[in-house]
Order: sequence, then structure tokens, then C-alpha cells
Amino acid sequence: MREIQYRDALNEAFDEELARDENVVLMGEEVAQYNGAYKVTKGLWDKWGDKRVVDTPISEAGFIGMGIGASMLGVRPVMELMFWSFHSVAFDQLVNNAACCRYMSGGLINVPIVMRGPANGGTNVGATHSHTPEGLFAAFPGLKVCSPATPADAKGLMKTAIRDNDPVYVMENTTLYGNLGHVPDPADGDFLIPLGKADIKREGSDISLIAHGASVLRCLEAAEILASEHNIDAEVVDLRSIRPLDQDAIIESVKKTNRAVLVDESKPFCGVSAQIATLIQDYAFDYLDAPVKRVCTIDAPAIYSRHVEPDQLPNAKRIVAQVLTIA
Amino acid sequence: METANSPNHSPLDFAGSPINKTLSAEEKLETYRQMVRIRRFEQAALKNYQKDGTMGGFLHLYIGQESLAVGAASLMGDHDHMITAYRCHAHALAVGMNMNECMAELYGKATGCSKGKGGSMHFFAPDKNFWGGHGIVAGQTPLGLGLGYGLKYKGLEGCALCFLGDGAVNQGAFHESLNIAALFGIPVVYIIENNGYSMGTSQKRSSAYKDCLAQRADAYDMDWDVVNGEDFYEVRAKTHIAMERARKEHKPTVLEIMTYRYYGHSVADANHKKYRSPEEIADYKKNHDPINLWAAKLISEGHLTEESAKAIDTEAKKEAAASTKFAEDSPAPTIDDITDDVYWETDNNTEASKIGRHFFND
Repeated sequence: MREIQYRDALNEAFDEELARDENVVLMGEEVAQYNGAYKVTKGLWDKWGDKRVVDTPISEAGFIGMGIGASMLGVRPVMELMFWSFHSVAFDQLVNNAACCRYMSGGLINVPIVMRGPANGGTNVGATHSHTPEGLFAAFPGLKVCSPATPADAKGLMKTAIRDNDPVYVMENTTLYGNLGHVPDPADGDFLIPLGKADIKREGSDISLIAHGASVLRCLEAAEILASEHNIDAEVVDLRSIRPLDQDAIIESVKKTNRAVLVDESKPFCGVSAQIATLIQDYAFDYLDAPVKRVCTIDAPAIYSRHVEPDQLPNAKRIVAQVLTIA
Repeated sequence: METANSPNHSPLDFAGSPINKTLSAEEKLETYRQMVRIRRFEQAALKNYQKDGTMGGFLHLYIGQESLAVGAASLMGDHDHMITAYRCHAHALAVGMNMNECMAELYGKATGCSKGKGGSMHFFAPDKNFWGGHGIVAGQTPLGLGLGYGLKYKGLEGCALCFLGDGAVNQGAFHESLNIAALFGIPVVYIIENNGYSMGTSQKRSSAYKDCLAQRADAYDMDWDVVNGEDFYEVRAKTHIAMERARKEHKPTVLEIMTYRYYGHSVADANHKKYRSPEEIADYKKNHDPINLWAAKLISEGHLTEESAKAIDTEAKKEAAASTKFAEDSPAPTIDDITDDVYWETDNNTEASKIGRHFFND
């Protein structure tokens, strides 16, 4: 199977969906003529032109809200936030309008929009550009949130998100954009990955490492160390989708391994892993041989210093150390 | 073209404007009937609200401003859309929503226009091109931009009418929207309903401006105009010009329509007779009431009589009373209803909705 970069997998998803549905329009700061701040939309403006790929001013509240309004009329905007960290300047639109319009209208309206962009730390850019708001947005019923870790997942989830009739917030990752991975050839058919379906990235029997986004890769690294140095066979569950959430996959894995470490780049307080911990407690308590443990980003704004930031985030060393406390 | 960007009210008689000249007597009476219905509906709502606490919620009344929503709605064609903020009852009724569904929504009943899920500030009727009803000041202004964007994207000749209050003009989202509207050539008409008070703060204490609020559009090289809201013909004439500019030229406009609300910001506004003088309120009611002035005009034109006006009023009161009864007799939503209308996919029981957990209640 061919290997392509994460950013190119996304690009291919956009290209295919632009071709499939004339209502799909890409929009955001620098997405068109500049080819995207991270080159995710490279070549699409050249190919599809001004109507389908649109540069916006630096006005997140204005253009995100505009996309929501247009989606109510049946346009299917794919809105780029250059960084998800900029969500805060458009928060009213992202939360009050995208998440609540359907509900407050008693189901008369739906908002088929995709909000996307990178949401990650680890790039030495300081606190304001390193937010990971997947747990925050998953906390708002009406929104859907996913966080792909691999090029194939990025493509498959993005295509599904664009076709979904509800607002889907896709959290990408600047540290993953250049990663290579196997992605099925478009000639072999439409490649979709459903929302709400986790993926076992590594099978194991001794402990479940449950993660999403880049933390999945950290878990895979940790699993290798655990196998080679500690004779522990870890299973890595990639959630892929935060809401809807594949609860069955989580619970099945924990029932099999009887131990769980939740790895989560968001902050510990009410983060994604906090929700998963409560689900395990509710549905697999009797199967647990040890308390559920977590590895989150250390609970402070993202530190700028490149000397320290890698240790503020979940990494293989921290994961291994946490696993060894219960395994 | 009548595009004089002057805050001074024009001495023009707008009855002679092309869009008004074509109005039949029946159409004129219908707009009058709409205004009276809106007022009687809201007066009934106020009474119900104060009756026994069964209604609850906020209640932002439009009383005194009726000519604006009715004037604009009377100009809407198949591809024209409307969106507004939380003072939305008038717009809802003006586009054709019925009193029953609106009153029931105020009561939080399952028969309400939003099944009791929206309340006073969140009336919607997409089938009538009415997109709410939005509770956050200026939050609807990017959405109105998006409605215009959607029309243009789909190649439909229409426009979006986006209402906002004079207090909303200082929100960043509105300025971002104006810039994008002008930059992208979006068919949207922003209508500032200027009732002089941003909640309890007068215009002078809340906004920095030279001659008027609409003039800020100059900075975005956008057309703008000031409208005397008590003159129904003027509201229609100037709004029509802006709508045609949007439909035909894809150019946005900011209209500032001068008006007044008789009641407080909401019914909960206990201070509305402190930040405004009783004389000011009385003067507006006596000399500037848009319904009275429109009635006088229609009487002078020979379309309305004291008797027929009274009959319209009686009919409206009866309709409002019936809507109160409908609302009171209607069932409330059930606990099971709470998790409906959150996601399109789960409501429609699609394949996608069966994958993964969407709700986390237990």
C-alpha cells in the first residue's frame, strides 16, 4: 500500500469531497492562495478556484459564524482555524451557535459544518498556541469531536466529518502533518472511517493504554519499551473519535487486560480521560485489578521552554513510569 | 436613487416611493393588522408573565417598534431571509408564524415553535426563512452574514435581513461581519433597531460615534442610511433600496432605524423608568407611536375607519387570548424529549448515529 503524509491525506479528503459535493467549500485564513499555513490545502485553490476555496480575513468570530449561517442554508463549509487555540476568539459562535441552534429550534435547523485545524502542544510556541480543546468541545452536546493520529484516520475521519449532518470539530496536529502512513489508494474506492469507532492500534493482554491523537503514538512507543524492558504486553486503544465515543471498545479492552492507563494531551481537570475513567468505573469496575491511572499534560499553561515542554506532555517515559505503578 | 447618507430625516414623502405606490389597499391593511397583532400578542404575553409565574424566562418586548419588523417582512420574497436577536416575537409573527406556537413556546410547552426548547429569545421558522431568535448580543450578526453567503454561493437572487440592537454595534463579531460583508460582497442588510438604549445605558453612554451609528459603515466603504422608524412608508422604502442593492449588486448595507421601546430591556428591567424620564416615554406613546401613525395615514387615505380599526384590534385581542388558552392547555415536553434535537444524525436514526456513544447520562 502507498504511504503518504498526514497533511496530504487530509488534502486528498478535501479534494475528493470538493469533487463529490458542490456545496462543500473550504474556508479560513490563508487556506487558498497561500496553500494553508501548514500546506494542508496545497493546490486546492489552483484546482477549485475562488468559489470553493476561500481566504478569509483574520476574523474568527466573523467567518466561523458566517460558515454556521451558510450551513443552515445547506452549504457544507469546512472551516480552518489556523490553530484550534484561536477557538477562544470565536467561542460564542462555536458553542452558542454551532452547538445549540438545532436544539433551540426544536430540531428545525441543522448545522452541517466542519471546524478543523491543529490542536496540540509540543511545538515550542507558548501557551496561547498550544491548547488542546477536544475535551472542552466534547462537553457541549450538539458538537462532535474527533482527533486522528494517523494519515489514514485523518483522511477517513475528515471525509466522514464533511458528510455528517451535525457540526464536527476535527482536531489535527502540527507534529503529525509530516508523518507518513499507509492510506488506501483512491482508485480502490471511497475510504471512510466512521465517527464513534475506536481502533486497536496494538493488541496486548496485560494493560490497556487508551489515548487519542498524538498520544496514541506515544503509547505505541511506550508499549515497545514495556515489552522489551519489562515484559509487559500493552494494548493501545486509539479512540479516534471523542464524541461520539466508542465506549464498547474501551470497556472490552479493559475487561481483557484488567488494567488501564489513560493517556491524554488535554489537561487533567475534566479532560477526555476523566470522562473515560468514569465510564470504566461504571462499566468495568469488577474487572479491574488496579486503579485506573492517567497521564495528562502537566496541569499548567503550556510552557514555552523546549527544554521542558516535552516532559509537560504525555511521553513514553511518563507513560512507562505510570504503567509500572500498577502493572 | 435615495441614498443620501444623512442622519437627518428626509422630508420626502415616502408614500410616493415605487415600492409603496404598488401597495394595494388590502396589502396596507394587512401590514396594519400585523402590527396590531404583534402588539396584542405581546401585551397578552406580558399579562400572562405577570399573572402567576407559570410562564417564566426572559421576556423582551418589542412594543413601540412594530413598524420595523413588519415593514421589513412585508418586503421579503422567496429567497429573502431574516434573522434577529432576542427581541424576536415581532419578527416571528411578521414572517407568518402563528400566535399559538409562539405563546406556547413562551410557556415552554411541547407545542411551541421550538418544542419548548428555545423560549422567548429563540423562535425559529426555517420554512418561513426565519432563522431566529438569538440570545447573545450580536451573536447572530455572523450568522446573518452566512445566510447571505449561502444565497450567493447557491446563485439565488435574495438577501439576508439581519437585525440587531443599538447595543450590539459595539461587539467585535459585528465589526468582523461588516468587514467580511463588504470584502466578499455579501447580500446582507444589517438593520440596527435603534431604540436609544443598550439595556439600561443610553446610546451616548455606550457608543462612540460622530453623527449616527450606521455611519460606521463608511469605514468599510459600505452603503448606509438612517430611517425614521415611526414612518412605515419610510421603513419600507429605504429597506427596499438596501434589499435591492443586496439582491442585484451583492452589496451590503447598514440601516439604522430610529425607534423606541415602551417597556424595559426585558420585563425584568426594573429601572426602565429611571434611566428614561416618564415624559420621554409618554411623548413617544402620544406622538410617535408607529401603529397610531400608520392608522392615521390609512384613515387619511380612506383605507381604514375608526370602526374597521377597532374590529382589527378586537380580532387581534381574541387571537392573543386564544393563544394563551392554547398554551396553557398544551402539554409540556417530557423528560425523554430532553435528548431529542441535539444531533441531526441521532434524531434521524442514521447508520452514523448507531456508532459510538453520543450521550453520557449514565
